[in-house]
Amino acid sequence: MAETTLPGLVPDVPIASRGYWSSVFRRLSGDWTTILCLVVLLIIILSAVFAPWIAPADPYKTSVIRRLKDIGTPGFPLGTDELGRDMLSRLIHGGRLSLVMGITPVINALIIGSFLGIVAGFVGGKINMVIMRTVDVFYAFPSVLLAIAISGALGAGLVNSIVSLTIVFIPPITRVAESVTTSVRNLDFVEAARASGAGGFTIIRVHVLGNVLGPVFVFATGLISVSIILASGLSFLGLGVRPPEPEWGLMLNTLRQSIYVNPWVCALPGVMIFITSICFNLMSDGLRSAMDVRA
Amino acid sequence: MESKAQPLLLVKDLKKYFPILGGVLNRKVATVQAVDEVSFEVAKGETLGVVGESGCGKSTTARLLMRLIEPDEGAVIFDGEGVGEQHGLSVRDMRRNMQMVFQDSYASLNPRLTIEESIAFGPKVHGVSGKVARERARALLAKVGLDPNLFVRRYPHELSGGQRQRVNIARALALEPRLVIFDEAVSALDKSVEAQVLNLLNDLKREMNLTYIFISHDLNVVQYISDRVLVMYLGKVVETGTVEAIYGDPRHPYTRALLASMPSMDPGNRTTAPALTGDPPNPINPPSGCRFRTRCAFAEEICASTEPRLEMIHPAERHAAACHMEIAGSGHSKAMATSPPKAPPQPQHMGVVA
Ligand SMILES: Nc1ncnc2c1ncn2[C@@H]1O[C@H](COP(=O)(O)OP(=O)(O)OP(=O)(O)O)[C@@H](O)[C@H]1O
Ligand code: SF4
Ligand SMILES: [Mg+2]
Repeated sequence: MAETTLPGLVPDVPIASRGYWSSVFRRLSGDWTTILCLVVLLIIILSAVFAPWIAPADPYKTSVIRRLKDIGTPGFPLGTDELGRDMLSRLIHGGRLSLVMGITPVINALIIGSFLGIVAGFVGGKINMVIMRTVDVFYAFPSVLLAIAISGALGAGLVNSIVSLTIVFIPPITRVAESVTTSVRNLDFVEAARASGAGGFTIIRVHVLGNVLGPVFVFATGLISVSIILASGLSFLGLGVRPPEPEWGLMLNTLRQSIYVNPWVCALPGVMIFITSICFNLMSDGLRSAMDVRA
Repeated sequence: MESKAQPLLLVKDLKKYFPILGGVLNRKVATVQAVDEVSFEVAKGETLGVVGESGCGKSTTARLLMRLIEPDEGAVIFDGEGVGEQHGLSVRDMRRNMQMVFQDSYASLNPRLTIEESIAFGPKVHGVSGKVARERARALLAKVGLDPNLFVRRYPHELSGGQRQRVNIARALALEPRLVIFDEAVSALDKSVEAQVLNLLNDLKREMNLTYIFISHDLNVVQYISDRVLVMYLGKVVETGTVEAIYGDPRHPYTRALLASMPSMDPGNRTTAPALTGDPPNPINPPSGCRFRTRCAFAEEICASTEPRLEMIHPAERHAAACHMEIAGSGHSKAMATSPPKAPPQPQHMGVVA
């Protein structure tokens, strides 16, 4: 072994190895925008989860005498809505349905779309063609129209709008998963794995998933913002949840008529939708750059 | 062709045509004749160098041998057993005996796995327990000159190109193969690292009783490492023989042209062949007869009409060339009427023949 242990073959500085996730985490910790978004989202999610304990008032309790109070009214920090219900409590409770309606379809679509995309990308050939051409059909319609059409056909309701949004998000996720898988499949380490005699299933599990799921996950977090807006849109159109449930999109709809009476209060659900969706979007961008290994 | 011992690898008439798909319906519009009736053998313990210009089918041949792509025709016989044949060796078993190292050291390692996991993957696939596989990985790292304590937990992007290629070599050796194919495995390394890796390959070969197929476009490297050389041109074998025969007495005009363009050669040994000019023809529509005729200074009518077979020139050197000038009675003006020519023919004109 004299020849194989020449000086210079052994690295001069023994650097401690960093795992992939720890280096991603290190990069994230220097990115203030992403951290801020994460904190805001955490506050929104936690307050939605613990809504019954946090909300100062009953979100369903109406009052004829204190309708459309201004922001800052004593006892009603964010005012009241058109039926005199406490806005702050309704916004906190509304986060539950809005987040569920926004996030669940993306999670569903992530599972189904990744599966379809990875199969299409890894197997290739005819199966790829069938899956991808089917997906292309859905691309022919704008996502808003598609969501409205499916929801309309299925009928209003929470479950139906989640189903329709899931269908809307499967095609984009499938496409991304397919293209990432196709590029990973052609890398030499997959060839090398095949050359070592591994079967397709093992190769997908060990070599493909780890390299495909990251980028697909990041893409999906970016879709949550769209999903929250679409879900609110469905509720706004009366295709989502029904009154008197608190849900940001539905609240926006029912407050619409009062926009000239108290525009600030009427805009609040829209502000929540905006903040949540932009935070998901920025967080997705932050994750994308932090997960770029070669950067 | 008779050798005493059974060759470790025998390749017979291997053929791969890639369809070129096009048009709206993705129909076949043409075929690339990437590998066309390639035959050769590799004896136990020898190193076969494979040379040829870019696109001549070297990598395709390697991938066919590993069955990463299916051959259209032909047989691969490993140690007497037909690979993928009914009573022969299964593809999976072949892959335990035959491994490959790729050119791109970075792309051939999974960025999400540690060095140890990458090396241990193969043995685990073949039923070795995780613990034993990891021990084997550490032992192999030491064998390829990397301190296991420093490297096992590292990720590919934390290594230099030379270190990564050593890891790839360790990975290929993890299945204890008998034959290893190196496809341009040292081409991307800088010269000093390349020399170290070549020495390592020689050491490993001796220690582990390995047989190599070494693909490269660097004729100096091939001369250094090989026992025998295979020269390919446009998907065909044009000349084969021992290193001494190929480098000392090249017969095919293509081999001579390749050697003439070799940068640092012993001046006394230099052939007077014209250097290679122009690009190789399109493999979609290769020239009829001898595929080299569009660039050959000696091309005659017979070269366009008949394909020259691989003719044995010197059985002791296992030296054979596919050129009409070497085939007695072929009809080429420089060919002997009956017996093989004694001296290589000299070129008549040195000009460029496009
Ligand atoms: N999958 C494929 N589909 C179509 N054509 C291919 C495919 N793979 C290789 N080819 C073609 O086959 C021919 C031989 O390619 P190959 O990669 O074997 O050449 P090579 O000798 O390894 O060249 P290099 O020295 O550049 O690596 C080339 O013309 C190439 O374009
Ligand atoms: S067969 Fe003819 S064209 Fe081909 S190399 Fe020989 S002389 Fe040249
Ligand atoms: Mg190649």
